[in-house]
Amino acid sequence: MTAVQGFCGFSKPNKEIGKKLVGQILRATATVAALLINAPAFAAWEPTKPVEIVVAAGAGGASDQMARMMQAAIQKNNLMKQPMVVSLKGGASGAEALMYMKSSEGDPNKVLIAYSLIYMLPLSAKIPFNWRDLTPVSVIALDQFVLWDNASGPKSVKDFIAAAKAASAPFKMGGTGSKREDHVLTVFMEQKTGAKFSYLPYKSGGEAATQLVGGHTESNVNNPSENLEVWRAGQVRALCVFDKERIAYKTKVTETQSWNDIPTCKEEGLDMQYLMLRAMFLPGKVTAEQQAFYADLFQKVTQTAEYKDYMEKQALKPIFLTGKDMIQFLEDDDKLNATLMNEAGFVAK
Amino acid sequence: MEALGLLLHGFAVLLTWKTLLLMMVGLVLGIFVGVLPGLGGPNGVAILLPLTFTMDPTSAIVMLSCIYWGALFGGAITSILFNIPGEAWSVATTFDGYPMAQQGKAAEALTAAFTSSFIGSLVAVLLITFLAPMISSFALKFGPPEFFAVYLLTFCSFVGLGRDAKHKTVISMSLGLSLAGVGMDTVSGQLRMTFGSADLLRGINFLVAVIGLFGISEILLTMEERLALRGHAAGISLRVVLSVWKDLPKYWVTLVRSSFIGCWLGITPGGAIAASFMGYNLAKRFSKDQASFGKGRIEGVFAPETAAHASGTSALLPMLALGIPGSGTAAILLGGLMVWGLNPGPLLFVEHKDFVWGLIASMYLGNVVGLVLVLTTVPIFASILRVPFAAVAPMIVVSCAIGAYAIQNAMFDIWLMLGFGVVGYVFKKIGIPLAPFTLALVLGNRAEDAFRLSMIGSGGDMKVFWSNGLVGSITTLAIILLFWPLIDRAFAGVSRLLRPAKA
Repeated sequence: MTAVQGFCGFSKPNKEIGKKLVGQILRATATVAALLINAPAFAAWEPTKPVEIVVAAGAGGASDQMARMMQAAIQKNNLMKQPMVVSLKGGASGAEALMYMKSSEGDPNKVLIAYSLIYMLPLSAKIPFNWRDLTPVSVIALDQFVLWDNASGPKSVKDFIAAAKAASAPFKMGGTGSKREDHVLTVFMEQKTGAKFSYLPYKSGGEAATQLVGGHTESNVNNPSENLEVWRAGQVRALCVFDKERIAYKTKVTETQSWNDIPTCKEEGLDMQYLMLRAMFLPGKVTAEQQAFYADLFQKVTQTAEYKDYMEKQALKPIFLTGKDMIQFLEDDDKLNATLMNEAGFVAK
Repeated sequence: MEALGLLLHGFAVLLTWKTLLLMMVGLVLGIFVGVLPGLGGPNGVAILLPLTFTMDPTSAIVMLSCIYWGALFGGAITSILFNIPGEAWSVATTFDGYPMAQQGKAAEALTAAFTSSFIGSLVAVLLITFLAPMISSFALKFGPPEFFAVYLLTFCSFVGLGRDAKHKTVISMSLGLSLAGVGMDTVSGQLRMTFGSADLLRGINFLVAVIGLFGISEILLTMEERLALRGHAAGISLRVVLSVWKDLPKYWVTLVRSSFIGCWLGITPGGAIAASFMGYNLAKRFSKDQASFGKGRIEGVFAPETAAHASGTSALLPMLALGIPGSGTAAILLGGLMVWGLNPGPLLFVEHKDFVWGLIASMYLGNVVGLVLVLTTVPIFASILRVPFAAVAPMIVVSCAIGAYAIQNAMFDIWLMLGFGVVGYVFKKIGIPLAPFTLALVLGNRAEDAFRLSMIGSGGDMKVFWSNGLVGSITTLAIILLFWPLIDRAFAGVSRLLRPAKA
């Protein structure tokens, strides 16, 4: 499927070039010839410079950790000749990375590790960006959201909601960023349950985790990886996971619980689901061969022990989509996120 | 005394030729990185991180943390010799360090800076060794109101204790605060003052501003006044080093005070930058001879350096124990830890004893080896001053530009740096202090976020800043410091009134 799309992408410039000067026609013919020669081996292209993996978040966050895992997996298993460098572009809540990718059109040595900000930021902050301007390579994982409270707080979702309703001041919900996934989930919890929360946007999931442990907030909706260590230390409690089914991993993580022991929110009477993509994008206007090279590279990464370990440790949902399947997924996901943002009233006018 | 046994075990892990060699390599790389303005600790560690993927975690972290120590030592060198802070926390070191170099006492200033760095780090490491478990629970007490109170304290101490005219300090600080607002506002999720420019999205980087304000403007001033760096490389020998050390006990109060401030602000992620400024201001406040500060007083080098390094070192503690990095470099180290499968958090001290105590032991060793290394190379660094200005100036400008570019790989930042150079030049001409401006630029955002989060949490009630003993005492202290000159005068007036009555 990747090949077909790539081919379409190529025929267009050729037509345009054909209309211009003779010299350019000659050059274009040469390009076509070169293409035909290379055609049988599609993955023949290889990066000739170190590849930059662009992270749209700060140091130590979930995207950064994932980028470093891939960097290590590629280096240890010799999956690519050129080295891979992680470049943190978390400025402006990740908008910096998006604009950087947009302006790097045609540069095949930059890959973005994207998450739901690609749909949400253009809506909430009116950033001139559309993920369709980039070249999708593959979806490599889905991230879960879990409702957490302090270990000394209410023990079940029902008690938690009841306590939130009974409290004199609204419960404080910690999260990462304003008008983003965590904030959307908070608004929907309010709408579903009638309880009131005041949402505190911190700089990172790690900060939201420690603030919950210190008792400065009553709860958060962190990704599993962000609360993992404080959960293992028995400082927070996992109330429920925002997914249709429980997390698959059954190995004990804390003294008594595995990821699989966390009930779904639906089981607990709170019918809400949200999963977040983790996907790789190249800048716009790269060639099909370049796209194919990276699709193949990341497929190989998903087969390494490092990747599998990481998925289990951070309780991520393994998935691998590329080509047409990925486009379909992105379009559906985009629609869903746009609806959520609209309903929450977070779309800038 | 369990800690002591574990520490000895840590030393046993480290004392191999291979580890010691890695340590030296790391320190030399770190000093180099620290000397180049802008290309400080965080960038150095980030660039070299992939080199360590194939090492075992202990060797890797030893090497990386030695790069960090090296950068901490190296940052002082350019501050003193050229008035260009290699690192943000070296800004306060320029206040007295640079005048000392101009008076031909560069060697003394460098020795003082390195020695006090060593003392600050040592105090912080001792603290980490013996108080680690208790301190991590102290850091948890810090919610948004507490953080805001600490930032407020830093701002207020600047206005109340600073040596410049109050209105000029306030003007400079307000300009810094408004520039800090450029970019994405995390609390509302909206863009501010970006005027549709993609380059302004990420805000104004603090280091770019510092390089321009201090480095470029200094070159401009020097060009205008006379074409020479106004310093002479003094005769440097073991004698200079020893004479500085001999005077050291005289300044014990300053050293202890600065170490304390540094450790405190390092653990509660207030940061080395705030610590260095606070250390300097308090040393000046409590000095008998306040007028001599800023004119090349050695105490003015001791105070900020000790505080900055105590803070830089103790910032590793919340990173290990809680997974919150207290500084930029600590954040990169955090990323490294995760690659090696070590998840920082409360359980790290229990599950990976070898690693944690190996790291702590490497802090001791790295600092001792680092001190010897920098002191033996002081003559080389100080001799840079003998090179003619016409040869050094272009090199400084180029290295400033590289530094500014390297922070975010953005050409725009070089223009911004040059712009700040002109701003710095004008400020120096009309006597507006630069330090409050830089302080506001680096802490403004965090202070604003902390304030607004406190307000969201309390429903807009200002009483939240006196809601418990901790936040209440910090806030009150801040307000006292803000009005200190008035309070001081009031006290003096009252005692003058009382004296004749008694007599």
